Amino acid sequence: MAKLPPYASPAQRAWHYGYRTITGLIFFFLIAPILVIIPLSFNAQDFFTFTPAMLQLDPEGYSLKHYRDFFGNSDWQLALRNSLKIAPVATLISVSLGTLAAIGLSQSHVPGRRLIMAVMISPMIVPLIISATGMYFFYSNPYIPTPFGKLEIPITLTGTYTGVVLSHAALGIPFVIITVTATLVGFDRSLTRAAAMMGADPVTTFFRVQMPLILPGVISGALFAFITSFDEVVVVLFVGSAQQKTLPWQMFIGLREQISPTILAVATLLVAISVLLLITVELLRRRSERLRGLTPG
Amino acid sequence: MSDANLTDGPITTADGTSLKKSLRLALRRQKIRALLLIAPLFLFILLTFIAPIFDMLVRSVENQSVPETIPRTIDALEAWEAGAGAPPDEQVFEAFYTDFALAVGYKTHTKLGARLNYESSGLSSLFRSTGRKVGKFDTDAYADAFVEADPAFEDPAAWATWMAGAATRQALPLTADTYDAWATMLMDTKGKLAAETEIPDFVTTALYRDLANGSRPADMPDVNVSGWEPVSLAGQFAGANKGWADPQVWAIIKTYGSSYTPGYFLNAADLQLTPEGISQRPENQRIYVRLFIRTIVLSVVITGTCILLGYPVAYLLANLPLRSANVLMILVLLPFWTSLLVRTSAWKVLLQNQGVINDVLVWIGIVADDNRLELINNATGTIIAMTHILLPFMILPLFSVMKTISPSYVRAAKSMGANDWTAFWRIYFPNSVPGIGAGSILVFILSIGYYITPELVGGTKGVFISNRIAYHISSSLNWGLAAALGTLLLVLVMALYWVYDRIVGIDNVKLGG
Amino acid sequence: MNLTTKLLATTVLTVTAGAAMADDMTIVSWGGAYQGSQLKAYAEPYVANNPDVNVVWDESSNEAVAKLRAMNEAGNVTWDVVDVVAADAMRLCDEGLAIEIDPDTQLAPAPDGTSAADDFGDLLISECFIPQIVYSTTIGYRTDMVGDTPPTDVCALFDTEAYPGKRSLEKRPLNNMEWALVCDGVAADEVYDVLATDEGQDRAFAKLATIKDDVIWWSAGAETPQLLADGEVVMGSTYNGRLFSVIEEQNQPVGMLWDYQVFDLDGWIIPAGLSEERQARALDFIYFATDTQRLADQAKYISYGPARASSAPLVGQHAELGIDMAPHMPTDPANSQTAVLYNFDFWADYRDDLDAKFQAWLAQ
Repeated sequence: MAKLPPYASPAQRAWHYGYRTITGLIFFFLIAPILVIIPLSFNAQDFFTFTPAMLQLDPEGYSLKHYRDFFGNSDWQLALRNSLKIAPVATLISVSLGTLAAIGLSQSHVPGRRLIMAVMISPMIVPLIISATGMYFFYSNPYIPTPFGKLEIPITLTGTYTGVVLSHAALGIPFVIITVTATLVGFDRSLTRAAAMMGADPVTTFFRVQMPLILPGVISGALFAFITSFDEVVVVLFVGSAQQKTLPWQMFIGLREQISPTILAVATLLVAISVLLLITVELLRRRSERLRGLTPG
Repeated sequence: MSDANLTDGPITTADGTSLKKSLRLALRRQKIRALLLIAPLFLFILLTFIAPIFDMLVRSVENQSVPETIPRTIDALEAWEAGAGAPPDEQVFEAFYTDFALAVGYKTHTKLGARLNYESSGLSSLFRSTGRKVGKFDTDAYADAFVEADPAFEDPAAWATWMAGAATRQALPLTADTYDAWATMLMDTKGKLAAETEIPDFVTTALYRDLANGSRPADMPDVNVSGWEPVSLAGQFAGANKGWADPQVWAIIKTYGSSYTPGYFLNAADLQLTPEGISQRPENQRIYVRLFIRTIVLSVVITGTCILLGYPVAYLLANLPLRSANVLMILVLLPFWTSLLVRTSAWKVLLQNQGVINDVLVWIGIVADDNRLELINNATGTIIAMTHILLPFMILPLFSVMKTISPSYVRAAKSMGANDWTAFWRIYFPNSVPGIGAGSILVFILSIGYYITPELVGGTKGVFISNRIAYHISSSLNWGLAAALGTLLLVLVMALYWVYDRIVGIDNVKLGG
Repeated sequence: MNLTTKLLATTVLTVTAGAAMADDMTIVSWGGAYQGSQLKAYAEPYVANNPDVNVVWDESSNEAVAKLRAMNEAGNVTWDVVDVVAADAMRLCDEGLAIEIDPDTQLAPAPDGTSAADDFGDLLISECFIPQIVYSTTIGYRTDMVGDTPPTDVCALFDTEAYPGKRSLEKRPLNNMEWALVCDGVAADEVYDVLATDEGQDRAFAKLATIKDDVIWWSAGAETPQLLADGEVVMGSTYNGRLFSVIEEQNQPVGMLWDYQVFDLDGWIIPAGLSEERQARALDFIYFATDTQRLADQAKYISYGPARASSAPLVGQHAELGIDMAPHMPTDPANSQTAVLYNFDFWADYRDDLDAKFQAWLAQ
């Protein structure tokens, strides 16, 4: 696939370039919306429209006002702070509980494994609108269902920071379970046994032997859990209140009530940050491979 | 283990217990440890997620608002036959008068009207308009007549004393019941005492009915009501709104009088409960079956386009050197990391009539300027935008399966004389089918529950059942129907999940390499 | 549900809720420029006088009825003051979800001593509702897409011969049904009588069906302005303040009609079930925010007419553009010659029925 061999027939050549073109177009399809967002975020007008001035590359048609609006507007800043307060805590909960459970699930004899797995994956497959409304009613007035009736818990979670964090943690858990379980499938059990034989207690074994090996899965699960919370709008609109408004909440309101390219400016900033993050991760990976003496493939 | 154990008797461990028992113990310990590791998360999910879903589902059959708002009417309607084609008799209207007046006091009559309106449109306006008139019925004639007979009937304190006497209460069962309900309502809604509030007409009407039935309470002024002109409550209600003379209205109230109802589920399947049994809704109200079908069809199409677009990309990624594959992987993950709302709005900019794509097509000359493609506010818009959003969910599982297909298989096939296509189609493709299966079901499951994207780009022809659920939750406030539609959707998703678990195994889902 | 546990839970809730939000006051509104005008005209001056109050905005007016109903069911009301349209206010009042407010004792009189009840006059359509602005839903069109004969009346909506292209209409029966009947030949003062009958409703749907394929249905106020700016629709309905902003503030090639504009009211309600302390503060805010000067101030930022008669003479110029705002008010006599007077009672009664029919019609 990598290179066309010199002996390739014309048909193979045609196919090779044709295939490259097709995949190129699909990649273009994947990033086309992002390519649209970036120039529009510098729009001098308050609409999502390519103005004639923009198309003629007239500097008049461009402006940084939407970026200024983002940094100067207290609503956006509150939303940013909230997102940064909610997503990491929700991620921490999903990752710590999720990793433990994934390790538990990977043991050889777990009674009711299928059912447990189904329950833990459910936040990913239940349609969001159903989860959101269910949580809304239940978090307003939580109770513990018992055979004798409802045992009410006298707190309200809707409109609180705790409520939003709990709901987002629940939504992130399937991703952690899936990624960590996947790394554990290839995990060599004799390693923990060896550690135990050499006198390590279970906690040491976990942190010194198991954890480093499943870390890639944990990190990738954490990233998914983080982005789930960071990009989540349906549940937060129901469970949260104005004090907990997150970036997606503010964007949703912005799209609905006053279409403003500030949303696009925010999106551009987020894209820039994610590109930097993804590139950093890739560079780090290459560096560690070099250090380990592996030639990057 | 000692050598002796190997030679004779049951095998034992060092401390003398039998090996079998010891192994069982170890196994049990292992199980317990596994369960202890799982328990915190399991409980967490149960409380933060499963309980809310369950709570939501219960709403799809709950119907307490009808029997709680008009309990006396529901009781009285027991004897009425809906099939007879005549409105119920005076007794039902008398019970309804009390219930309705109380409901107006509690301000629950409009809610009840809205509830019954879900079953037959027109009832909401009937309840609302009657609510404004029920306090002005001609039953004030009774009150006047009572006061004329004895001024004590005007005194709330006197009423309170009468209604405290056990003998009186026994002699006047209707009055006692109505008076108590009214007193409770006053206390609950306004914090006022019945002993200090003017007696409303529906309480005096109850007294009139008791007396007309022949009761003679000892400690109340003796009034002979036999000569009074009775006020027909059926007539009063029909005068307030002619809808009350329609047996159909009463049939619906009777049909939906119990605490639990299959009504919402029937409604979700375009059916309705009538006194004659289950029947189809009128043609112009059947929308849900159509929407479910549309949701499934569009999801299948979206899954199909995801396979078409995702397969070549995943193949390329799986067969490129790691370094270039990782760079291209960033392009796949980047949209995934961009806010869903923003991507959807970007598609609006791209797809609309005067949008980027149409502009480019017109500029190239493929499309005439006055005949631009309709790419948005219809099913096409939903398919394009959702394919884009769900494509990573197809590429990632495909990629992880393709990574495991050894290139030597294809090489072996070629060395045995297969051409490129045969080698791919007969060897590589069958090996990648599990990846297609995993990706497809994942995409399909996510797609049938989508809500925001169809809402923004789907117009009226590209919306899903989820949009309907959202509409019933936030606009029409028909939460029972929303819950029923949600339950049906959930059952569909669960069935798919089951298939997925059977075919692919949930452990084999991979997100990324 | 067990009554005692519910009571217990509610008590604990109110206590904790009251303690947690001692100085936060949540005002619910619509977001966008409208909320901006409320911030400048009402909230900022109020906070200047009451520095201990911290105002939190929640842009949930769109779902106000659903959310208030759920809050009430859960016994935990987190909103203090809610901005809603009149029809929603009536519904909330009917269901006991909003408290009744006595205009004579709980609202400020006009500067000349006229009581608030007289000053608001007919606009006090519900005991729970304090009107704030009169707005109208009307038609905007692209001046460069209508040729040499720009539309002059609302029936241009239905004239796809003369004005081909898409139209944007709100995704609900209100306003659309009225316009359909008016353009089908019903006299404006008989519209609601006709609409109360099944035949009349069918007639309105039949008229709407003639343009169904040409309509883009909107559900948020920002959509029509965006669609007009993109040239995506040739004309569409939206709120007059949005059109003012598109035409005067954004300088887009857009014109507007006042013909058969449909008046509606927007104003405040206070949710039922607040602690005494919070209710008192909410009432204090309403007293301040609905006085004559404050209502007139709001018109500096947005082209909606103040609901008090005494505020009208005080309406001045736009805060930034410096143009006279009076001619841009829907209530200006020149603009309101053919207005449909939105019938609140009719819609309160028929909204559920017609909503259900409209949604089914849309899905066909």
